[in-house]
Amino acid sequence: MSDKTKDEGQLHWESGLAVKPIYTADDVAETGGLDSLGLPGQYPFTRGIHPLMYRKRPWTMRQYSGFGTAAETHQRFLWLIEQGQTGLNVAFDLPTQCGLDSDDEMAHGEVGRVGMAVDTLADMEEAFEEIDLNKITVSLTINGSAVAIMAMYFAMARKRGFDLKNLRGTAQNDILKEFIGRGTWIFPVNESIRLVGDTIEFCAHQVPKYSAVSVCGYHIRESGADPAQEMAYGLSIACAYIDHVLKRGLDIDQFAKGLSFNFDIHGNLWEQVAKFRAGRRLWAKILKERYGAKDPRSMQLRMIAGGGGGGLTIQQPENNIVRGAYYALISALSGTQTMALCSYDEAYTIPSEHAARLSLRTMQILMHEIGLCDTVDPLGGSYFVESMTNQMESKILEIMNELEQQGGVVKGVAEGMVQAAVNRQAFEQEKRIQTGEVKKVGVNCFVEKEEEREVEFHPYREEEANKQIDRLRRIRAERDFEKVKSCLKTLHQAASSGKNVMPAIMDAVEAYATVGEVCGVLKDVFGAYREPIRF
Amino acid sequence: MHKPIRVLIGKPGLDGHDVGAKLVSRALMAAGMEVIYTGLRQSARGIVKAVLEESVDVMGLSILSGAHIPLCRKISEEMKTQGLQDVTWIVGGNIPRRDHTKLFEIGVDGVFPTGTAFSTMVEFIQEKVKR
Repeated sequence: MSDKTKDEGQLHWESGLAVKPIYTADDVAETGGLDSLGLPGQYPFTRGIHPLMYRKRPWTMRQYSGFGTAAETHQRFLWLIEQGQTGLNVAFDLPTQCGLDSDDEMAHGEVGRVGMAVDTLADMEEAFEEIDLNKITVSLTINGSAVAIMAMYFAMARKRGFDLKNLRGTAQNDILKEFIGRGTWIFPVNESIRLVGDTIEFCAHQVPKYSAVSVCGYHIRESGADPAQEMAYGLSIACAYIDHVLKRGLDIDQFAKGLSFNFDIHGNLWEQVAKFRAGRRLWAKILKERYGAKDPRSMQLRMIAGGGGGGLTIQQPENNIVRGAYYALISALSGTQTMALCSYDEAYTIPSEHAARLSLRTMQILMHEIGLCDTVDPLGGSYFVESMTNQMESKILEIMNELEQQGGVVKGVAEGMVQAAVNRQAFEQEKRIQTGEVKKVGVNCFVEKEEEREVEFHPYREEEANKQIDRLRRIRAERDFEKVKSCLKTLHQAASSGKNVMPAIMDAVEAYATVGEVCGVLKDVFGAYREPIRF
Repeated sequence: MHKPIRVLIGKPGLDGHDVGAKLVSRALMAAGMEVIYTGLRQSARGIVKAVLEESVDVMGLSILSGAHIPLCRKISEEMKTQGLQDVTWIVGGNIPRRDHTKLFEIGVDGVFPTGTAFSTMVEFIQEKVKR
């Protein structure tokens, strides 16, 4: 969605960068020309973080999935694996994400609706039964209640006999972006950052190959940020976590490789490519120059990047299949490690099997038929792409510095300034779409009069929610309650004394303490977040 | 001078998608209305109470989780319990067309799914809340 200004000669991207009709060697001369680019797998990793990229290992395909009970989700997981998916990306329902048990009053009508309901370790065990966690890496889309859900995942893996020292996978666990978009926060800002710090520290020692955090520019972009801001805010948030953990006395190379990223793709193809290449280079420089990292793995920006839901439209839903394919192409051209696409029906429902399969096939066609894995960074060395990558890097850095001067991302989020700025921009962009200044096919141009759409809706079954509540109550009755109580007491002490809460939570969930109980104890100690309303 | 139309925009339930609620708040403010935005995760009880206390003309709910039917039923029950009658009730968000009638039956006056033009909402409200 590039905005053409009134002057026909001028074209600007959403991020504000001007694009010329033709690029030559002169456009990259100032930054040392193409020879200064470096090789893939070498600092500053502009061309990719691995020397051979997809020639050695294609991207992981990991569709976001989960609904109803653990039993239902388990079936979808098995089906996705059978269809050729190489990783799992778990969707949890809103009560789980907000740290509430399925029988909480606020959970009414939401149990198992937008993801899998998890109350206790038993649900985690059922969801991953028979799945080889060494072969299929699992990403947990969980934030506010991440300490409880990560502990349940680790406890489940350990119980199944997997060595935590070798366990791979990712938790989203990026709470700062939840305050900007997505909204599944629970605790106040500083206490929330402390919990993220606890998980990073715990993983650095106990689960060293696991990515404790996946910093999300994605949801910030979905909330209204432009691509340069998306990268800038994402990197600033990652720095905030690093600054916090460094204060605990950990060495940067002990934990930085456990930070991964999640970015959005919609809008202009070239702008996204420049964003990713620039972001990768800038992150490497920040880690090396600002934080003194020595391990190259600490400097590598590893990411999941797939289709952004914000680019998809309710109107003419089949157009989303085409959009999804282009988003996947952009993702592969940008050197992503993992890809997930929004399915074409995802603007209004949980993807049907049909839609989920189409997303998977889209990625498989790109991987196996089109030649996207033939060579590393095929766009590298283009005068245009390199020049825009350079300009994008300066732009991202400029936004990061500006945010820093205003007091930093933590303050900006706590006081609601960042949220207000992002929403102001969403409003301006929405107005541009509504007036047709920014074109959106099927929305403000090439519009069709649509009758009631023939769309398959994912059914929400209340009896499944009731089953979940019955199961929770049964487990509550059957477990050793004295043990649970003593574990929760230990957790309370750890939380109040500033000790890492993860060991206590591991013990508690192993005794079948619920998500609501664990988060309840933390709420007692930390209090709840109060949302600053600013416009 | 007419008194400006007062609107409360609420986010019931656990859904954290607030872009739409905030966009609509801005659009209604730009159209000269007074808007109170509740923030996320409000209970039905709390929303209805706030509508009464703030004596707004319009109660707008934004729901994108798919839980609009159970949440609106709860709101309707609360309206009866707390005696709220005189309010224009609108719902926006991820609302499939087949559910619109159900919402009207529950008592909703207007449904504005994702992608509705701001002007459509503004006109609807101005028409309903005649000064």
